[in-house]
Amino acid sequence: MTTAPTTLHKRLYKLNRRFLLPRGFLLGLILALGLALGVAGCGDSGELDSDGVLVQVSSDDGVVIRKGNGGEPDSLDPHRSEETSAADILRDLFEGLTAENPDGSVAPGGAERWELSEDGRVYTFYLREDARWSNGDPVVAEDFVAGLRRSVDPATGSVYGQLLQAIEGTLDVVAGRLPPEALGVKAISDRVLEIRLVEPTPYFLEILNHSTAYPIHRASLAKYGDQFARPGHLVSNGAYELVEWVVQSHVKLRKNPYYWDTKNVAIDTVYFVHIESPAAELKRYRAGELDFTMTLPNNQYQWIKENLPRELSVGPYASVYYYQFSLSNSPFDDLRLRQALTMAIDRKIMVEKVTGVGEIEAYSFVPTAVSGYTAAQFPWADWPEAQRLAEARRLYAEAGFSDDNPLEVDLIYNTSENHKKIALAVAAMWKQALGVRARLMNLEFKVMLEQRRDNSRWQVMRMGWVGDYNDPNTFLEIFHSTHGQNDPGFDDPEFDRLLGEASRTLDPQRRAELLQAAEALMLSQYPVMPIYFSVIKRLVKPWVLGYQTNGLDHNYSKFLSIDTAARGF
Amino acid sequence: MAGTGRTSDVWDDTRDKDTELLSYALKRFIGAWPTLLIMIAIAFFMIRVAPGGPFDSERKLAPEIEARMIAAYHLDEPLYKQFGRYLGGLAKGDFGPSFQYKEYTVTELVMAGFPVSLRLGGLAMLLALVVGVGAGTIAALRQNTRTDYSVMAVSMTGISIPNFVMAPLLILLFAVHLGWLPAGGLGDGSPANLVLPVISLALPQIAYISRLTRGSMIEVLHSNFIRTARAKGLPERLVILRHALKPALLPVVSYLGPATAAIITGSVVIEQIFGVPGLGRFFVQGALNRDYTLVLGVVVFYGVLIIVFNFLVDMVYALLDPRVKY
Repeated sequence: MTTAPTTLHKRLYKLNRRFLLPRGFLLGLILALGLALGVAGCGDSGELDSDGVLVQVSSDDGVVIRKGNGGEPDSLDPHRSEETSAADILRDLFEGLTAENPDGSVAPGGAERWELSEDGRVYTFYLREDARWSNGDPVVAEDFVAGLRRSVDPATGSVYGQLLQAIEGTLDVVAGRLPPEALGVKAISDRVLEIRLVEPTPYFLEILNHSTAYPIHRASLAKYGDQFARPGHLVSNGAYELVEWVVQSHVKLRKNPYYWDTKNVAIDTVYFVHIESPAAELKRYRAGELDFTMTLPNNQYQWIKENLPRELSVGPYASVYYYQFSLSNSPFDDLRLRQALTMAIDRKIMVEKVTGVGEIEAYSFVPTAVSGYTAAQFPWADWPEAQRLAEARRLYAEAGFSDDNPLEVDLIYNTSENHKKIALAVAAMWKQALGVRARLMNLEFKVMLEQRRDNSRWQVMRMGWVGDYNDPNTFLEIFHSTHGQNDPGFDDPEFDRLLGEASRTLDPQRRAELLQAAEALMLSQYPVMPIYFSVIKRLVKPWVLGYQTNGLDHNYSKFLSIDTAARGF
Repeated sequence: MAGTGRTSDVWDDTRDKDTELLSYALKRFIGAWPTLLIMIAIAFFMIRVAPGGPFDSERKLAPEIEARMIAAYHLDEPLYKQFGRYLGGLAKGDFGPSFQYKEYTVTELVMAGFPVSLRLGGLAMLLALVVGVGAGTIAALRQNTRTDYSVMAVSMTGISIPNFVMAPLLILLFAVHLGWLPAGGLGDGSPANLVLPVISLALPQIAYISRLTRGSMIEVLHSNFIRTARAKGLPERLVILRHALKPALLPVVSYLGPATAAIITGSVVIEQIFGVPGLGRFFVQGALNRDYTLVLGVVVFYGVLIIVFNFLVDMVYALLDPRVKY
């Protein structure tokens, strides 16, 4: 040593001498440490990937389908799950009182028939005799009661609990004013269930096949608490049961042998594969690793149309893409300005050139995919372009803006290639038609949500809304003055009144008229600027039979079958 | 001790090295804890400062329910109290529940993702070392010939082309058109699924390491002791393997620390592209979802990994190079 030994050195030296550590001992120790880490890394990673079997089809899987499913599901607990990636898995696992036909219309599910009282407020459901959970236990009315109560119980923390507000007591329970037992659902017997509604609700049956209304296996809940939805614990009453969930890879389902209709279920094993990026999903589909995709990348749409035309499936989706105005933030409190900005958009060019996957121009708020309803439209929807732009300019000038005094506006959208393209197009159209100076603000999704809370902090913001059920009400109710989702701050007592009356009207004709009137009223105030209605777009291999697009993109594996000869396995 | 003729007070030069290393190791070990603590604190406060929280979603929660959830996760407490609570949990080995993946704890998620990332990263590092050192050595031996230029040109492309460009190209070629390898996922863990991700991850490192090796090997080959070895008549193979390689590798060993960091960050992208269920994706998704506990869990994990690895690398360096003093 070139410096004097320190006390630490001396002490360690004595220690070293005492134990006579051989040369290279330290090196050996280090290598051993490194090796230990490596071995630990390659070892068993716990119960999350049972048997280490990942998305490789095994011979005892029977008839298999492999579906791309987007991102990782957040939870398979039907009352706590929010993500769309969990929704299709839950549809295969569970069955509500009502179910759906492939085209989306209501069909009997857990209940084989039902009766509605004279005043339209009390439903009596008669459950199937042969309905069973995946462990053989019979499905009884009390299971549905427990599920509904859990959904509205504030302790569950469900985002969708309010969907059940048609049921008596829901709003009080959600707010914590009443206990969950006060909810208006009662098991009359093992096979008979009674649900009391606040007022006659024509679309109530559609709500019942939403995951928030699924039943729950009470014994599992009692035994495992909030962990009842993990693989190994989960007991389900739908066409399939849960085999494994390998986080970040896939979810594997197997036919539920106790399902009442199991003999008509053609596919034995379903793999839901989690691939976030549509481009990566496309590659795996092309390589033959998927039979069914969740979506497809917009920028490769042309290529797909030319090369895979028979596998491409595009259909209308009950989803509207729009920009919302903050009605309390000047100058957007001026109706003329909002109307001018809305009219200045050329929706035809938007769907043909900017998005270009077959979207539908939106001149109303309720999408065309919602069946049984003709939406109210903007009165200028059919005007020729010159006339529309002239009117827009006139209104813009009336609102006090001109080339010398242009509108300066912040346009907020969340990070996405698609949103950016559309925002650029909107800003360009506004500039060209009116001379508006728009500043595009790209915010990360959560940041945008944070900003959205306070009306005064934003002017124009991109939004989208997907219907929870197949009825115009799910689109129009967000404009009710008390609705939590009413970001613009739209408040019109006449609109509230029309909406309320419509939800009490049982005659479908009269109800449609009321809803149209409400929609027309809302549109005439321009709280939002609808741009287009989205489409469901995906690729489906030719050997997958039985697939139909339905407006809400609810997909059930039990309706599908595979031509195994064509696929080879 | 008896019979050596030495007393324990005499400072023995043959034991110097070991003692130095031990004391250095001890100092590093003690110093690692404050580093880790500061890192956790920074990550903790940064992610909470970011706008938006775990319960912000497109479909708003009823205000009463949101208030309840916030209270249940103690997010309404003052920040220093939350931090203390988190550290207390860490001391017990409890990383908390994930906000986003409601059925799983962070420990489970990290333990599920880590072995995959480790396998991927470890193999990539190994590949990078073997191929990089090999290519660099060959280039150095055939300095300024066509072999040298072509090896260096290939390595330059590895450095210039980012891995998120290279990976999809490889998928397109080998998985889609030729069909030799799977396009993504881990399958049943068979080697075929690992080939493309490992190669994509290793390519930039192969490039750097081959250049480093070539440079330092050229320098070493010109030194006196190599000339002596050759003069003694040793076969060239022995000259390289026994005498030249060890000193030539020193810069490569130093580079291993930054290389690990590069492989970790690279794995985030590669895991996304290939759909490999590793830790990198959790990191990104956790941050975007404001899943506080998951992000912190991954940060702690990576932090410990990097600290330990850097320490190991420094130890190896000290053992390789007798000239290094601490």
